[in-house]
Amino acid sequence: MTPDGDEADANTVSERTTQRAPSDDPETRDRPSGSATMSTVTDTQPSAPKPARTTSGGSGEQVFRGLTTGSGLVVVAAVALIGLFLVVQAVPSLLANNANFLTSPDFNTTDASNLRFGIRDLLVVTLLSSFMALVIAMPIGMGIALFLTQYTPARLARPFSYVIGLLAAVPSIVFGLWGILVLAPAIEPVAAFLQTYLGWFFLFAPGNLPVLTGTIFTGGIVLAIMILPIVTATTREVFAQTPRFQIEAAQALGATRWEVIRMAVLPYGRSGFIAASMLGLGRALGETIAVLLVIRAATSPSTGSLFDGGYTFASLIASAASEFSQPLPTGAYISAGLVLFVLTFVVNAMARVVAGGKVNG
Amino acid sequence: MSAALDAPERPAVPATFRNVSTARKIKDRAATVLVTLAFLIAVVPLVWLLVSVLIKGFPAIVSADWWTRSLSGVTPDEARGGVYHAIVGTLVQALIAGVIAVPIGILAAVYLVEYGRGRIAKTTSFMVDILSGVPSIVAALFVFALFVSIGGFEQSGFLVGLSLVLLMLPVVIRNTEEMLRLVPDELREASYALGIPKWKTILRIVLPTALSGTVTGVMLAFARVMGETAPVLVLVGYARAINFNPFDGNQASLPLLIYTELSTNPSAAGQLRIWGGALTLILIVMLFQLAASLISRYSAISK
Repeated sequence: MTPDGDEADANTVSERTTQRAPSDDPETRDRPSGSATMSTVTDTQPSAPKPARTTSGGSGEQVFRGLTTGSGLVVVAAVALIGLFLVVQAVPSLLANNANFLTSPDFNTTDASNLRFGIRDLLVVTLLSSFMALVIAMPIGMGIALFLTQYTPARLARPFSYVIGLLAAVPSIVFGLWGILVLAPAIEPVAAFLQTYLGWFFLFAPGNLPVLTGTIFTGGIVLAIMILPIVTATTREVFAQTPRFQIEAAQALGATRWEVIRMAVLPYGRSGFIAASMLGLGRALGETIAVLLVIRAATSPSTGSLFDGGYTFASLIASAASEFSQPLPTGAYISAGLVLFVLTFVVNAMARVVAGGKVNG
Repeated sequence: MSAALDAPERPAVPATFRNVSTARKIKDRAATVLVTLAFLIAVVPLVWLLVSVLIKGFPAIVSADWWTRSLSGVTPDEARGGVYHAIVGTLVQALIAGVIAVPIGILAAVYLVEYGRGRIAKTTSFMVDILSGVPSIVAALFVFALFVSIGGFEQSGFLVGLSLVLLMLPVVIRNTEEMLRLVPDELREASYALGIPKWKTILRIVLPTALSGTVTGVMLAFARVMGETAPVLVLVGYARAINFNPFDGNQASLPLLIYTELSTNPSAAGQLRIWGGALTLILIVMLFQLAASLISRYSAISK
């Protein structure tokens, strides 16, 4: 009994410190005189070794500092170069485009001298599938995070969150495979039901596919399953950091467990939860292969229904990748990739702003 | 007994309510049911997926040929041959990515934890977040634009490795960063007190202390990139024969094998290969994850 309990103690303590660490960092970096202990560290670190060893340690110090700084800058350069090279490759094709890039539903690049491509349908399918995923994953993700932090006994929290983590370990092509071959036929009756009884609502109206499998509806469900571990992990991290005194204060007032959650945990974790959802959205927007396998290509333009087929930015690029030979048609796909890059950039940047240093995605 | 031991860990201890109105009780119960349901809803697709892959893929992977032969000379509807060529490609491409991404990632993490102050460090940290959100297809397009469109290179396994670097870097950096922050400052201070310069302290004291945790992060990064499909679709062609050389010619990998068989081979043999490939991929990824969690079990830094 006792050793078991001790072990659980040790586990949770180390887990807590792991979770705290990232949230402490921006504070110490921004305000060197944050807490008492940290300020001594930040003060001594840069200054202490330098005066002591300027002659013998100097060059080694400089080389090592340069190496690490350079490696950090590689990341900055990588992101900047991605944007730059996508723009450079996209511009000639955008200039040669004979259709309106923003409003045209066509994506016709077979004739290099008469390119006609627009992102209207890509945007519609990408956003519809991603938002559907988000609508499903947000409440479930929050529920799981609450379950893991507030309801499960300590000894079960770790194995349970490991189970959710397994979802993240499944490669996306396997999700796609399972989604189209196993899940899609199984949920077809649900889709048929929705179309029959809620078809007056535009999302459930008959779409541009003759069948009900392989629609955005199926894709949204698969995406929801795929982003669930991201939403859960980050939300759980934030919920676990709810200050104890707030919880205890609520308990002292005689609050039930649900009231404690509503009064202390949810208000504290709201921004973290929103940030987690945005990280999930970013993942859903950029998911490639699962969407390519699950959502069927459609011959007619999108109708804005969940029972449409079609391509997202990512799946269109992947589907055409084997035909990238001439520069101008390829540039058309690269410009679609550029839009996707900007989209995910904005979503991830916003997630970080919303989180305000509470999570490290 | 055990409840008493657990009590300090759990913030919301179920109290014994005496004067709780029925409405509040019902709300509390409903919340409990919903929250538990959320967890179960997540478990259903996981179990469903794993069981389907296991049932459909198991007949494929039991043959010795599966692990030791390629599909060279096998017609699409013949139920023989194996995926050795794809396993080789998967590992080679991930290895290339690792050789480049791991040192850069660790050094960048050292920069963020030990040296980084001010605007540049903030920008770097922000960009790590952005990079972790860059879709794999965009990373692949970037490598395509830079090396194939502009650089004039042929598509190859090496280019796949390069695009995987971009996906691996943020994982390695964030995990290493977390481990470095766990290293107690007393260790650094003790080292400085002995007159050891900062860079030697980092190399000899800080990094070794955080080593096992860092290795865990590296294993997780490997697990993540091996299942990536988008880069292999854009940056390399599929080969049915074994190709150890990532710089020359087409090279298979497990995701590419699954995708190719799925889109070109409707025969029963193809179906078997798809699910067998999926099971093999899951097994390899889980192997790396298992290694990661075993290492991290022995890695907790004691304060």
